[in-house]
Amino acid sequence: MYLDSRADASLRALSAEGRWCADQAQGLARAIEDVELGGTSAVLDAGRIEALDLTGAWFLRHLEGRLRTRGIPFEWRGARPEALEFASSLLGDAGATPPPLLRRREEPLGALGRWTVRQGGQAHDGLEYLGRIFLVWAGAFVQPRRLRAKSIVRHVYETGIQAIPIVALIAFLISVIIAYIGAQELRQVGGEVYVVDLVTLSVLRELGVLLTAIIIAGRSGSAFAAEIGVMRLNEEIDALRAIGINVVEVLVLPRVIGLIIALPLLTIIADAMGLAGGAVLSWLVLDIPFNQFVVRMQEAIAPTTFWAGLLKAPVFAFVIAMIGTFRGIQVRDSSRELGRLTTVAVVESIFTVLFVDAVFAVVYWKLDF
Amino acid sequence: MAAEPAEPVVVVRGIVNRFRSQVVHNGLDMEVRKGEIFGVVGGSGSGKSVLLRTILGLQTPRAGTVEIEGRDLSRLHGAELRAVKRSYGVTFQHGALFSSLTVAENVQLPLIEAGRLPEDVLDGLADLKLRLVGLPPGTATKYPAQLSGGMIKRVALARALALDPELLFLDEPTSGLDPIAASAFDDLLLYLQRSLHLTVVMITHDLDSIFRTCNRVGVIVDQHMISDTLEGIVHNPHPWIREYFHGARGRLASLERPGRP
Repeated sequence: MYLDSRADASLRALSAEGRWCADQAQGLARAIEDVELGGTSAVLDAGRIEALDLTGAWFLRHLEGRLRTRGIPFEWRGARPEALEFASSLLGDAGATPPPLLRRREEPLGALGRWTVRQGGQAHDGLEYLGRIFLVWAGAFVQPRRLRAKSIVRHVYETGIQAIPIVALIAFLISVIIAYIGAQELRQVGGEVYVVDLVTLSVLRELGVLLTAIIIAGRSGSAFAAEIGVMRLNEEIDALRAIGINVVEVLVLPRVIGLIIALPLLTIIADAMGLAGGAVLSWLVLDIPFNQFVVRMQEAIAPTTFWAGLLKAPVFAFVIAMIGTFRGIQVRDSSRELGRLTTVAVVESIFTVLFVDAVFAVVYWKLDF
Repeated sequence: MAAEPAEPVVVVRGIVNRFRSQVVHNGLDMEVRKGEIFGVVGGSGSGKSVLLRTILGLQTPRAGTVEIEGRDLSRLHGAELRAVKRSYGVTFQHGALFSSLTVAENVQLPLIEAGRLPEDVLDGLADLKLRLVGLPPGTATKYPAQLSGGMIKRVALARALALDPELLFLDEPTSGLDPIAASAFDDLLLYLQRSLHLTVVMITHDLDSIFRTCNRVGVIVDQHMISDTLEGIVHNPHPWIREYFHGARGRLASLERPGRP
């Protein structure tokens, strides 16, 4: 269709025909791949080509290259097409085909080494970042003006108030699920009333704060990383630095403080909604009326139970805000980095929240809190 | 410059673009003929980029039609529209290279989308296009973030030329380049236009570039376009155009052009 090949004794006549253009590249590639090339010498003819562009010229050159590697001498009937001359002048006539592009390959051991060095560097950077936050924070105690109240309020609103519906809904539903499963199990031993203990303790000590932190890590941790990351790509961070504004002071600290204010408040809401969910289910499934639920609840919890949960909230908030902003500031050069680091921010902050929660559990246990 | 007016390739008729109360274009006409380099000029905010976006179909005008090679883009759908879109190449002001792909992959993307090709063919074609725009072979495996501004513009041009279009739209191809790089880009453009017989529509602020490369110039003033040959537009009596070409910068640029008073 694109290339007609005829053998006349030992002479092969190759006649290119039709459109040799970019839109026919697929067919041209196949035609050159499949064409029969036997013979001791060849004659090329471009006279029947209807249209020839630079891509087509590259394919003609590709054909010449194939003849050359086969060691078949060839000549053109008539002049070499103009576009082919042009392509050849660009590519140089000597090399038949360009060397394949270097595709980088990684040795496993080298990769492990690089990974280790990179992790070490990251740990170092993270520690340095932590130090910078504390330094600026300490400075803000001396000069309260540097706290940027307006910015903090904005972040309390965005990370706290706007998250109330989703936090409330999830806390309610999870608590209903726990109460329901608990009721099914405890009913078998006749201890339905212990559902109240189960719900109250798990929500107040663990679930309320942990669920809230995980939701916020996904919701605001990602937002912090993406916001600051885009600012980096836009050179806004560099502009701030050039003006002489401390980036940690205007971008990081308000987010950290805002979230430290918002997360405990959200936790209280989650606790309340969780208890409400437990109470509703107890009433509907176990016929425990509200007043009895409250009485039982007061018996179940110690004075410290509520605080044991709430105390963790500011720590989780700090972890989430610090990791989100840190990863955002690390964004460099490309949108791909932005996506990667936003993902890293969320994964790391959820992991770290769970890890810190485990540490809290051990400490509380040792302290008998 | 062709003595006979060649056939029109891009025809814009009566374009109206309005954002809320702000009128950008009010009945704008434009005609680009085959084989010419057509410069689009206008003050900041006069709607040069909006015009380009309208021609490319990225923005629907309130009124008016755009025809590319006699086909009205707003009436085409599916395969037909794709075919027209593949018949022209575009570069954007900041390059708009895909940052997750290497230079070679950026150039290969239009080819890959057009159909499956063997790897050696893809590499060969990318190599050809990169050499065409004057980039050394070592650039192919780099990522856009590793390139300088001038190289990004060249890679963007190579990507626009991937499917060998006959029509090229350039949005400020020399902005942000130093004068030497900008002048090299002009040379490249002239070279490509002569050797590939391209029709080029170029938005630019660069007076040197206009005097060096453009056959005809369209100036967007008062929501309309005044277009003329380079000779004609320089002597146009409109005050803004006079100021544009005869202000301090304009005089300097025309001084450098040999054979011009």
